[in-house]
Amino acid sequence: MIRPHRSHPLWFAFALHRVSGLGLALFLPAHFYLLSLALTDPVSLDSYLALAENPLVKVAEFGLVFLLAVHFFGGLRLMALEWLPWSGRQKSLAAGAVAAAFFVSGTFFLQAV
Amino acid sequence: MLDMRLYMLQRITALIMAPLTLGHIAVMIYAVQDGLSAAEILGRTQGSLAWFLFYGIFVVAVSLHAAIGLRVILHETLGVKEAALSVFTWSVCVILLAMGGRAVWAVTFL
Amino acid sequence: MGRDELDVSIWRGDANGGRFEDFKVPAQDSQTVLDVVSWVQQNEDPTLSYRYACRVGMCGSCAMMVNGVPRWTCRTHVKKVLDGQKVTVAPLRNLPVIKDLATDMDPFFDKWVKAAGVHHPSKTRDDPIEAVNPASPARVEADTGIECINCSVCYAACDTVTGNADYLGPAALQRAWTLYNDAKDADQQTILDAVSGNGGCHNCHSQGSCTLYCPNELNPMKAIAGLKRATAASFFKRRK
Repeated sequence: MIRPHRSHPLWFAFALHRVSGLGLALFLPAHFYLLSLALTDPVSLDSYLALAENPLVKVAEFGLVFLLAVHFFGGLRLMALEWLPWSGRQKSLAAGAVAAAFFVSGTFFLQAV
Repeated sequence: MLDMRLYMLQRITALIMAPLTLGHIAVMIYAVQDGLSAAEILGRTQGSLAWFLFYGIFVVAVSLHAAIGLRVILHETLGVKEAALSVFTWSVCVILLAMGGRAVWAVTFL
Repeated sequence: MGRDELDVSIWRGDANGGRFEDFKVPAQDSQTVLDVVSWVQQNEDPTLSYRYACRVGMCGSCAMMVNGVPRWTCRTHVKKVLDGQKVTVAPLRNLPVIKDLATDMDPFFDKWVKAAGVHHPSKTRDDPIEAVNPASPARVEADTGIECINCSVCYAACDTVTGNADYLGPAALQRAWTLYNDAKDADQQTILDAVSGNGGCHNCHSQGSCTLYCPNELNPMKAIAGLKRATAASFFKRRK
């Protein structure tokens, strides 16, 4: 996977954006299904939501929030790269996007535990 | 594989979702503080036109955005193209729209 | 293995496949990767096929994969890329192999033409020559991309090319961007249309391998971003 020509920061930023986007897209149907239980089966919705007290589920939630945040900040970087005047600091901006995503998802995790 | 039209759709939905995603994350951080329950979520959202619009727009934008994103991945990693690729793209979009629309209706219906 | 010998692995084969063949090559001062390949062809196996012409980084014909990375071999000192005493040389990625280290560059140049990378004249031979202001912002922008030597290093480095056969690639799109910014080019909209199709600039994922490996330190990623900006602006203008 990580062939020699790929081992540089902006390629990793691309890979992170792709993997996070794919992960979020695959999670969406489950997310939507769970919420629609409010209409059809409120009792089982509550039993699913109670699962969120499980520490493993909390870590998984942290992972999902990280994917969302890193796709969000990484996507903002790409929009700026494509539609705003050029900036030569793409590596720093990509690193900043990952840092911001850790900050946001870390805040979520600390509130969740 | 990604022409101008799909590219603009992908970027415009991204820009629409930018503030919505921030709001979504903020609500998650706020709501998770003392555990999640159906009553708490529905108490916030049910009967609210504002939340209906917030999540309604979110679902439309994310369905288009995710369908186009998965289209690119499918083409570049598995080599699917032309008609099959278009069928896949719009099927994903319709399925997400239907499931997402149902979820929005479930948590906000008046 | 003596200290003065290099372990060289060279890909041998054709369009139907092939494998790496190992050679021992005497190490020398200021030895380039092209020198190493030439030594093998002249001393070990005269049937080894490869391509070069100028040997000074002007002609763009000697690019190969060196230890998995695309490089201009005539300007790459082998000492700088050695992995221990070992160096692996293979034909460029993303292009069909003709034989050994020589690839078929046709797809690369065909896409150059597809991206409207040809001059669209604004005047006839009877008109006076148009003065170009070298300090104008468009000219300054065009100048950043004109030193391309068509070596295809960026094309070989790009994973978007790998995954999407129609994608025009960094060099052709950068060429389109320099023409778009050229005061002497008469048809900017033709250029924008040519780079907005199925394989156009909008497929780029800004992985930046093109810019990282360009031997002339050009920035195709920036040029492609410029095309995306210009096409998006033109998209909104046309809607009005």
